[in-house]
Amino acid sequence: MTELESYSRESKKDHPPAFYKDYKSTTLRHPKNRAIKIDHTVTEVTGPLFSSVKLESSEGDLSIENGKEAQGQRIFVSGRVLDEGGRPVPNTLIEIWQCNAAGRYLHPNDQHPAPLDPNFVGRGRMISNEKGEYKFTTIKPGAYPWGNHFNAWRPAHIHFSLFGPAFVTRLVTQMYFPDDPLFAFDPIFNSIPSESARKRMISEFDLDTTEPDFALSFKFDFVLRGRQATPFENGA
Amino acid sequence: MSKMGVTASQTVGPFLSIAMRSEGQEYLVPRNSKNAIKIQGIVYDGEGTPVPDAVIEIWQANINGKYDHPEDTSDNELIEGFSGFGRSCTNNEGQFFFVTQKPGRVNGRGNSLQAPHLAVNILARGMLKQQVTRIYFSDEVQSNAEDPVLNQIDDELERKTLIANFNPNSGLIDEYEFHICLQGENETIFFDV
Ligand SMILES: [Fe+2]
Repeated sequence: MTELESYSRESKKDHPPAFYKDYKSTTLRHPKNRAIKIDHTVTEVTGPLFSSVKLESSEGDLSIENGKEAQGQRIFVSGRVLDEGGRPVPNTLIEIWQCNAAGRYLHPNDQHPAPLDPNFVGRGRMISNEKGEYKFTTIKPGAYPWGNHFNAWRPAHIHFSLFGPAFVTRLVTQMYFPDDPLFAFDPIFNSIPSESARKRMISEFDLDTTEPDFALSFKFDFVLRGRQATPFENGA
Repeated sequence: MSKMGVTASQTVGPFLSIAMRSEGQEYLVPRNSKNAIKIQGIVYDGEGTPVPDAVIEIWQANINGKYDHPEDTSDNELIEGFSGFGRSCTNNEGQFFFVTQKPGRVNGRGNSLQAPHLAVNILARGMLKQQVTRIYFSDEVQSNAEDPVLNQIDDELERKTLIANFNPNSGLIDEYEFHICLQGENETIFFDV
């Protein structure tokens, strides 16, 4: 008999509900039945580790495309991937995507009449190091309008996708920038019930890691689900 | 242990394909490999309209019932090159597909054995957090009847939403159909994990 450790359960305060009235597209895309709670098994406590994926270091720098610099404010976004116990999550895949400095995504469905930047794709990948650290170089994304309601604008944000060590540690989120005047009006940001959880999605400006004559630095730590204390028995 | 607050989930938004679409990610094994199967389906919203901006991710054991992960301590054998992860962005018709191998049975809690299954994440614009489900197989009647997770669901129609149907008109490789209904009459069973 081997023993495996479950992961902690998620709190409803820390995550958005499936249906949030003010974010209109949730109306037809949320289940009405209650999710069925299942015990964690070997399926849930394992997950893709991407150990054979080979990344180029250039995938962590969105500010240069084919040797040419993108328009906009060059920034670093760096920090650590941690679990709830504060332990680093090393060697985990982080994917990011974002719009350009003018608020336009390089995507056929983005019809916002702001200029595309030939030197900006807005896609990056990186693996956290042994200490759980990561660092992207990019440009500060612009705010952009969307069709949710009259005069709706998204606060500037970067989309992040993380895997962590298990199927249940999967996290897709958005990282915001300090003091954005649009926070109060954004249903996606405000879909998170807990104020402290909303604040945790906002990065912090950091002068110490800002590079003179080169780039501003924003710090952001991710906290993924951690282990529960009690192990369970798995198999004979 | 003092706990740090977790980072909240946010929607992938409409432009997820910028980062999440890449060549060949639906193929966990080559199409012409021995034991290859295809799983395909459509994601529907509450009005039965296909969802063109979703991404489906799968995580599964290999055909021997072994996850490529150190916490699978079973004696089942790993298969070189089989990671168990796949991703498929839906197309304009809401369709997704995977070419993979049918997983073997893995341990459940205690002395139980689970039926062959894939763990599934569904993300889309209009979904603030992923939904989680599982894909089982219609031609695994015996092991499905013993599966502890399926046996948590009494309603026969609800159970059926978790079972990929073998297509008797399959071509060169065995095909299974698995639709995902985010809401409505045929709503898929989702799990709280
Ligand atoms: Fe966005």
